[in-house]
Amino acid sequence: MEVEENPQSLPQGHPRPQENEFSPDFLKLYYGRLFPYAEMHKWLSYGNDGKHPGCDTSYFSRREFSFTLEHDIYLRYLSFHDAAAMEAAIREKCPHKIDIGAVYNVEPTKRTAYSSVGGDKVFSPVERELVFDVDMTDYDDIRSCCSGADICLLCWPLMTIAVKVVDTALRDDFGFEHILWVYSGRRGVHCWVCDSRARRLTNEQRSSIAEYFRVCKGNEMNGKKVAFTGPALHPCLLRAYTEVLKKYFEEKILPNQNLLAEENFMKVLEMVPDENLRSQMRIKWQSSSSSNEEPNSKRWKQLKTFLEQGKSKGQALRRCVEEIIFSYTYPRLDMEVSKHMNHLLKAPFCVHPKTGRVCIPIDPNNCEAFNPLEVPTLSKLLDELNRVDTELDPRLKDWERTSLANSIHFFRSSVLEPLARTNKAELESSYRVKLQEMASKPNLSW
Amino acid sequence: MEFKVSGIKRGSLGDGGDGAGVSSRLSFYQNSSDVDVSLEDFEQFALDRLRVLKGIEEARSRGRKQEEVDTLVIDLWRKYMRTPNAADLAAKDMISHFVLRLAYCRTEDLRRWFLGMETALFRARFRAEPPDAQRKFMEDQKLPYKAISAAEFASVKEKLGQVARSMNQPVPNVDHTFYKVPFEEVPELVSARRVYLQRGFAFVPRDQLASIVVGQFRTRLTKALALTSRLWTTTIAVEEKDRLTPIVEALSMRYLGADYSQPSKGSVGLQDLDNLAKMSFPLCMRHLFFNLRHDHHLKFGGRQQLGLFLKGIGLKLEDALSFWRSEFTMKMSVEKFDKEYAYSIRHNFGKEGKRVDYTPYSCMKIITSTPGVGDHHGCPYRHFSQENLRVVLEDQQLNPRAVEAVMDKVRNRHYQLACGTAFEAIHGCPSDGINHPNQYFEQSRRALQGDEEEIPPKGLQSGAVQGVSSHPGESTPLPVP
Repeated sequence: MEVEENPQSLPQGHPRPQENEFSPDFLKLYYGRLFPYAEMHKWLSYGNDGKHPGCDTSYFSRREFSFTLEHDIYLRYLSFHDAAAMEAAIREKCPHKIDIGAVYNVEPTKRTAYSSVGGDKVFSPVERELVFDVDMTDYDDIRSCCSGADICLLCWPLMTIAVKVVDTALRDDFGFEHILWVYSGRRGVHCWVCDSRARRLTNEQRSSIAEYFRVCKGNEMNGKKVAFTGPALHPCLLRAYTEVLKKYFEEKILPNQNLLAEENFMKVLEMVPDENLRSQMRIKWQSSSSSNEEPNSKRWKQLKTFLEQGKSKGQALRRCVEEIIFSYTYPRLDMEVSKHMNHLLKAPFCVHPKTGRVCIPIDPNNCEAFNPLEVPTLSKLLDELNRVDTELDPRLKDWERTSLANSIHFFRSSVLEPLARTNKAELESSYRVKLQEMASKPNLSW
Repeated sequence: MEFKVSGIKRGSLGDGGDGAGVSSRLSFYQNSSDVDVSLEDFEQFALDRLRVLKGIEEARSRGRKQEEVDTLVIDLWRKYMRTPNAADLAAKDMISHFVLRLAYCRTEDLRRWFLGMETALFRARFRAEPPDAQRKFMEDQKLPYKAISAAEFASVKEKLGQVARSMNQPVPNVDHTFYKVPFEEVPELVSARRVYLQRGFAFVPRDQLASIVVGQFRTRLTKALALTSRLWTTTIAVEEKDRLTPIVEALSMRYLGADYSQPSKGSVGLQDLDNLAKMSFPLCMRHLFFNLRHDHHLKFGGRQQLGLFLKGIGLKLEDALSFWRSEFTMKMSVEKFDKEYAYSIRHNFGKEGKRVDYTPYSCMKIITSTPGVGDHHGCPYRHFSQENLRVVLEDQQLNPRAVEAVMDKVRNRHYQLACGTAFEAIHGCPSDGINHPNQYFEQSRRALQGDEEEIPPKGLQSGAVQGVSSHPGESTPLPVP
């Protein structure tokens, strides 16, 4: 990927102001030549594309989509029979945002035929990926480099942490395999768990998984957000701590956010539940504030030492170090997004209207290398399209000539291919079961 | 589930055993097969089971601890679900469950109540079973819960220990049985991180297993109730309107509580009445009492309602006679009183005519009565206009917020809850649910005298009585497991 030029002297890591990265004309071209319709259809059909005798040809058409058009016009309960219909609709309407909803028992466009009568046929969701949404604004209380919609390379590691911790837990604890992580286009990441076991989860089960990931509770009022009561951490928290959190806190978050600098350290000290210790540290640090060297790591070492010594004094300090680290690093998921089957979530490969960036997949095995500031923008992609490069193979498709190539290749190889193998196996086994059932029933009913 | 009904006198009801499992007496009540039931058994079995369920409700509303409730449930079960022939117990269990399912499927409130009580009942019965029976039951029901081997335990022992310690619990050793269960089955344990997860399986200790099985019971019964409800409205109610429907509909209305025919504690003297009326009478009886004092007369409905109530609180026959006489003879001669009114007072006490000792009216009966012009009986929360009721409540020194709370219940037609709210406002402590004016009186005496002793009246105290069509489901919300 090309590196963004940075002509103005901006603070290190901050993105260039977004001008002309997005326009409806660009979007039209994008939908005309670059959006991966076939790949999206392949993903969302989960093998029900009509080739296998056991497949459900209505499956794709029962999926809800929604479009947000220019001027915030919102179209819901859209559905399409096949990839061609979806492509035609997107190209025609040119939506600024495309959301994906659940697979319902009936085509969403035909839902009104079913809702009214209080009988068995109520329009309801049948399947839906397990989804997660991590938004940087939920971390505003612990980052000082940016706020609101802005992000930079100093706070982005928080997202890296989230991807690592959640991805590992989803695989090791819950046994899921087909997990897609996507950049949300501006300030966060989305996760789509595509295993059939995940798609069939009830709202209650989704809720319980979201709660499993919740560690930070409370708000500014109670001061402390994380409280570990027992003498040990649950294995999933311990794993997150030893494999990800401790390292990232000490190497990235602590220095990046200047957590123990003069103006900031009181906030950290407030998490220590021992008045004496707090005053001790405060006095100690206030007196050393004239030193020029970077204070964070030294002070953190001091605090850790004092807390270790303090453990013998009482229960409250026992897990204080962990509590601080968790507060500043542990993933903060949007609970509401995950809990309901019918919650709409932005589709991968959409373009974010405010930034012009494409919502490309993130490789969880390489998420430390992901740089949100280098994600291709609409204007850049179109520049690449227009470039006439005689060295490039003329048989290449449009998208293969742009920075989007890597993302689409990744989507195919890491998500679509494994999913296709699983889909096939599942279709075949359920088809065999169905055949057996039919064979065992007598043909005549009497 | 189908209800096979035949057109003859002997009712045929879909029910049956739980398939296999002689050693397990439990059931998810899912399968049905035909068994012949007499109409009398149809009703009686259901009533017996209802007594058990109401007993559970009462124990829970009194805030009893889980273990106490479980023990009580087993006692109640043995007491009411006894059959002359031990082999018939399973049939009685089935039949009574299905009949009550019919009775309690018709409204959301009824369904919720039934689900809560049946789940508690199942839970107690499951936990009382020995581990072998529990395992057999789970096998029979094809629940995917496998105990892990010693080898597997060894491989996850450290993690299980971490989970236990994270909850301040002792570390498990190889004597503790753990079950490997799909994580979807234990959402509460997953959400609280109270369980070790590995590749989609949760390692659940044996004592948590009960809650999973109970969870299954709950889910299945919820679905079944919804289905039954639909079947009831579409087919059964009409088909059975001459036979089973009246029985079923009456079941959910049935008052099963103490009848207060024998005054429980001591007696009440004449001179106490005015004081007691001011402090401890429920609104309906206050109204009657003070109208009697004012008009020196009450019409028949009022005499019955108040008279029986006074008998229930301990007023003796001689005192009752002199009480009524003293009032009535302010407007008439003693001879007239003795000739026309004394007889019926003695009749109420079972001293005349067929010598039935009449029981004081329950709330349900009072609410459904229809006072006319000049009458003062009935339930003020039901029968007074809202303006009049408000005035009366304010007269009783209720603060505006309490008045609003009561009026709100009245607007939603929860008359007994309104009475309970008024009780709470007056006495400063919550009521145990009001189903009977004498119950109000007793609770009031207890609250005012700070009595620690429980008064066990004859029969069972019951919590809320479920209303039917004319009075939309009325229930005191109870915590559901």
